Amino acid sequence: MTGIETISGTPRNLARRKFVDKLMISLCVIAGIITILPLLYIFFFTTKSGLSSLNLDFFTQLPKPVGEEGGGMANAIVGSLILIGLGSIIGIPVGILAGIYVSEYSGSLTATLVKFTTDVLSGIPSIIIGIFAYGIIVLPMQRFSALAGGFALGILMIPTITKITEEMLRLVPQTLREASLALGVSRWKTTLFVVVKTASSGIITGILLAIARAAGETAPLLFTSFGNSFWQSSIDQPMAALPLQIFAYAISPYEDWHRQAWAGAFVLILLVFVVNLIVRYVTRNKFESSV
Amino acid sequence: MLHETSSNPLSDQQENPEDVSSIDIQDSEEHEKESKIAVQTECLSVFFNERPALKDINLKIRKNRVTAIIGPSGCGKSTFLRSLNLMHEMTPKSKVLGSIKIHGNDITESNAVDVRKNVGMVFQKPNPFPSMSIFENVVAGLRLNGNNKKSELEEIVERNLTHAGLWDEVKDRLKSPAVSLSGGQQQRLCIARTIAVNPEIILMDEPTSALDPISTAKIEELIYNFKDEYSIIIVTHNMQQAARVSDFTAFLYLGKLIEFSKTRRMFTNPRERLTEEYVTGKFG
Ligand SMILES: Nc1ncnc2c1ncn2[C@@H]1O[C@H](COP(=O)(O)OP(=O)(O)OP(=O)(O)O)[C@@H](O)[C@H]1O
Ligand SMILES: [Mg+2]
Repeated sequence: MTGIETISGTPRNLARRKFVDKLMISLCVIAGIITILPLLYIFFFTTKSGLSSLNLDFFTQLPKPVGEEGGGMANAIVGSLILIGLGSIIGIPVGILAGIYVSEYSGSLTATLVKFTTDVLSGIPSIIIGIFAYGIIVLPMQRFSALAGGFALGILMIPTITKITEEMLRLVPQTLREASLALGVSRWKTTLFVVVKTASSGIITGILLAIARAAGETAPLLFTSFGNSFWQSSIDQPMAALPLQIFAYAISPYEDWHRQAWAGAFVLILLVFVVNLIVRYVTRNKFESSV
Repeated sequence: MLHETSSNPLSDQQENPEDVSSIDIQDSEEHEKESKIAVQTECLSVFFNERPALKDINLKIRKNRVTAIIGPSGCGKSTFLRSLNLMHEMTPKSKVLGSIKIHGNDITESNAVDVRKNVGMVFQKPNPFPSMSIFENVVAGLRLNGNNKKSELEEIVERNLTHAGLWDEVKDRLKSPAVSLSGGQQQRLCIARTIAVNPEIILMDEPTSALDPISTAKIEELIYNFKDEYSIIIVTHNMQQAARVSDFTAFLYLGKLIEFSKTRRMFTNPRERLTEEYVTGKFG
C-alpha cells in the first residue's frame, strides 16, 4: 500500500472525477446561457418591432381614436413617470427604513415580525395589491386616481427594497459600527452616515430593481390608476400608464395599435434603462463601495 | 486613595508587603493623588447571557500612563476594555455590574455618547470608514457631531495626522479613499481619527496584532509619545510589547484580575505563580 494511492485514488477514479468536474462546469455554462437568452430575445424583438413604429409623434401626441392613423403615447409616458414617482415616494423611504429596522434592530420581536411580513408581502400577487389599493383609496374617493395607482406601486416596491437594504446592511462589518460609536457618534447617525452610506451602492441597486418592476406592472394599475386617453389634470384623476396602454393596444384587433403597443414596450424598457442610468449617475459613489 | 485593591483569588499566601501601592508611592510626582487616577473600577462584573465573563475587577488606572492588559485568549481583556466605553450597551443580553469611574465620575449611568467622546477606541483590525476619504475619516467624529467649518477641519486633519505620524505619507492624497492605504497606515489613520475628537483616554484592543513588525514599531512609538496627553489602556498578546510600551500591567485569567503592578515588576518579579507561568510562556 503506497501513500499516493490512498491520497489521490486510482487513475480510473481520477478520470471519473475530472469528468464530473467538466460535467458540472458545462451545466453551469448552459444555465448561464439560458438566463441570457430570454433577455436577448426580448431586446431583439421589442427593438425590431418597436423601433420601426417609433417617431416623434409617439412622444408628443395623445392617442388617436380608432381608425385615425398616427398619434402617440405622450400621456402614458408622463403618466408612468408620475406613477413611478408616487410609488417611489412611498416605497423607497418605507422600504429603506424597514430594512434598517430589521437589520440594525434585529432581535426584537417586532423586527422579526417585520421581516416575516415583508417576506410574505413579496409573495403576494400584484393584482391583489391592486385590489387592496382599490379598497382603501379608490372606494372612499369614489374614483380611480393616480394616487391609488402610485400607492399600489409603492406597496409593491416595499418588500424588494426592505429585503435588499437588510441584506446589504448585514454585509457591513460590525467593527465599522463600533468604530463610529466609539467616536461618540450617536446610534442613528452611525446607522445613517456610516452603515447605510457604506452599503449605499447595494441599496441603490435594490431601489432600481424595485422601480424597474413597478414600472412594468399592469395588474395593480387596472383598478387604481385605470388609464386615461387624455392629458391627466391632477393626481386625484385617472392616469394613463405605459403598461396599461400597451395592454389595451396589444389586445385590440387593430394592426396600427399593435405597432403602437410594440413601440410602447420598447419605450418602457428604454424608460427603465434611462431611470437606471440617471439614478446611478446622480448617486455615484466617489469610491467603489468596498462592501 | 491609592491603595491597591487587586484581588488575588488564586493566591493563598499573604500579600507581599512590597505591593503595588508601596511601589507607586516611590514615584516622585505623587502630590495630587486623586487627580492621577484616570479610570477606577469597583467590583466590575460583566455577564453575557447570564454567564460571567469578568468577575469583580477592582483596578485603578493611572492618568498619563500606559496600562497593558494581558492574559490568555478568552480571559476577558476585550470585555474589560469595552466596558470602559460602554460598548456592551450594544450587545443584547449583556449585563454590567459594579462601578466605573472616569476621572472620578461614575459613567455607568451616563449617556454613552458623551462617555465615548472622552474615551476613544482603536480596534484590532484597522477599520477606516470605506465610504470616506482619508480626510473625511480623520474628521468623521467631528463632522457627524456637527462641526463643518472647512478651515478648522483642515487644520485638525493636518494636526492629527501629524500626531499619528501619517501626515508626510498622505498629505498629497487626502482625497483618496482610506482603504487605499496599507494596513499599518490604516491603523495610524484610525488612531488619528480617534484623537481628533480629543479624548482623554484611549483604549486599544490588540492594535498591532494584524500588522507587520515595522508598522507595529511605529505604533508602539506613537503610544509611547502619547503619554503626555492621554491615558492609554492597551490589550496585547505580545509580552514584549507589554514590556516595551506599558508602565503598568494587569494580568487577567478566567475573568479575574490576578495581578496588577508596575510592568517592570510584573515581568521580573511577579507576585503570583500564575502570572509568572504566563509571562514566561508556560501557558496561554
Ligand atoms: N458578545 C458576546 N456574547 C457572548 N459571549 C461573549 C461576548 N463577548 C465575549 N464573550 C465571552 O466573554 C469571554 C471573554 O471574552 P473576551 O473577548 O473579553 O476575551 P479576550 O480576553 O479579549 O480574548 P482574546 O484574547 O481572544 O481577544 C469569552 O468567554 C467570550 O466567549
Ligand atoms: Mg479580545
